[in-house]
Amino acid sequence: MLAGEVIDIVLVVNGTARVLPVEARVSLLDALREHAGLTGTKKGCNQGACGACTVLVDGRRIVSCLGLAVQYSGREITTIEGLSAGGTPHPLQAAFIRHDGFQCGYCTPGQICSAVGMLAEHRAGSASAVTADVAASPRLSDAEIRERMSGNLCRCAAYNGIVDAIREVADGPADGLVRR
Amino acid sequence: MRQFSYVAAAGVSSAVDLMARMPGARYLAGGTNLVDLIREGVEQPVMLLDVTALPLTGIEELPGGGLRIGALVRNSDLAASPLVRARFPVVARAVLAGASAQIRNMATTGGNLLQRTRCGYFYDLAEACNKRQPGSGCAALGGFNRMHAVLGASDTCIAVHPSDLAVALAALDAVVEVTGPDGTRRITLADLYRSPAGAPDRETVLQYADLITAVEIPGLTDAANSDYRKVRDRASYAFALVSVAAVLRVEDNQVAHIRLALGGVAPRPWRAHSAERELLGLTPTEDSFRAAAEAELASATGRRHSAFKPELARRTIVATLRRLATQTGAS
Repeated sequence: MLAGEVIDIVLVVNGTARVLPVEARVSLLDALREHAGLTGTKKGCNQGACGACTVLVDGRRIVSCLGLAVQYSGREITTIEGLSAGGTPHPLQAAFIRHDGFQCGYCTPGQICSAVGMLAEHRAGSASAVTADVAASPRLSDAEIRERMSGNLCRCAAYNGIVDAIREVADGPADGLVRR
Repeated sequence: MRQFSYVAAAGVSSAVDLMARMPGARYLAGGTNLVDLIREGVEQPVMLLDVTALPLTGIEELPGGGLRIGALVRNSDLAASPLVRARFPVVARAVLAGASAQIRNMATTGGNLLQRTRCGYFYDLAEACNKRQPGSGCAALGGFNRMHAVLGASDTCIAVHPSDLAVALAALDAVVEVTGPDGTRRITLADLYRSPAGAPDRETVLQYADLITAVEIPGLTDAANSDYRKVRDRASYAFALVSVAAVLRVEDNQVAHIRLALGGVAPRPWRAHSAERELLGLTPTEDSFRAAAEAELASATGRRHSAFKPELARRTIVATLRRLATQTGAS
């Protein structure tokens, strides 16, 4: 596509295919917020440093501010709007409420999408920078949760509640986690 | 963000051919550094050639125990690979020490090696930077240079190379496979990065249109006893003040094999050859580790805000080797 040219891309957002007219320079974040009207995904730093814009692409968490929308044409995107099912909150959403995992709430969609991706990575056997034996798949201790969630900043510092919420879901039945 | 055209590459050779005919373009992979640089105006490409659909995503075993890593293997997939975790824990640890999980899910192996420095003056268009604008000067020399080089820098640039992975690969004598307009060639990681003297804007020996297609780690049986230790201002998700990649084998209470490389201290991943020479054949003690670290840092030059770094590097070398010596002694 030429500089300045607008082309239609198809993003499968929360299970629904959406045709979005974008220029090459439009980030995935801006495509979701400005073009698809899904403002649950937040723009914080817009430089990959805060994690507020975290979404899931084919089930893996990324920061949508550093991706160009054209790179994700045809991919399955899950945003915070896609996690609840028919008005029932996702187990992580419910746990964040139970454990006061937020104050102002601005980072929360990114925190929750990130946690969904993180738990999937852990179930797949990934290690982290604080895992003693990198060849092993450790239990999700608080230190592991904090390290694996370090890409999501909370300037209200609701970290204790966030860790409590994620630990509760991690220690619970796995079948409540995957919605699509 | 400025406008640019966008093309998704269909094959390696056609991508290289197109790039060679299009001055001012850039390859786009994970985008975690390039998109940010474009947004800041540091990079102003006329075209992005997206290579992410190319079939360079495999991790294959090489004869002799080595691994061939496709250039588009995502950082998270590299760190999660059972082969990498078992044979080269230093690589998995280095990758996991870098960035955040979200960024590791996007960033690629080749892109990681070619990411640009995070020197604040390189990013700030209002400041002098010989790397961004050759001949304009270096604002870091007299500026806030806590995150800057103490080894191998020049008076034109004191920026550090930010990659953790490259430090581990430097310790392992990795080789980078590159396809350019004239075909495919292999470059050792040690030869990939240039010294900043003279032309700090030219960070690698790669020519325009060259595309990294793979990274090969030669077989090394000792590498299972390896580690990557990163010291930084935050517990996680920060660039290194100092990092150490090390491989150690002790036999008959003597250092039989040692690989050592430093990050966060130099314009390139810094292979610590002096320390390696110093230690080989010695008894692995606190004193011999310290003497080796002293030898490596003998020429280090701390600046106003980085005067602490040479000593931090020495201590981090000693701490890393101490842990590896304990592990190898117990096994």
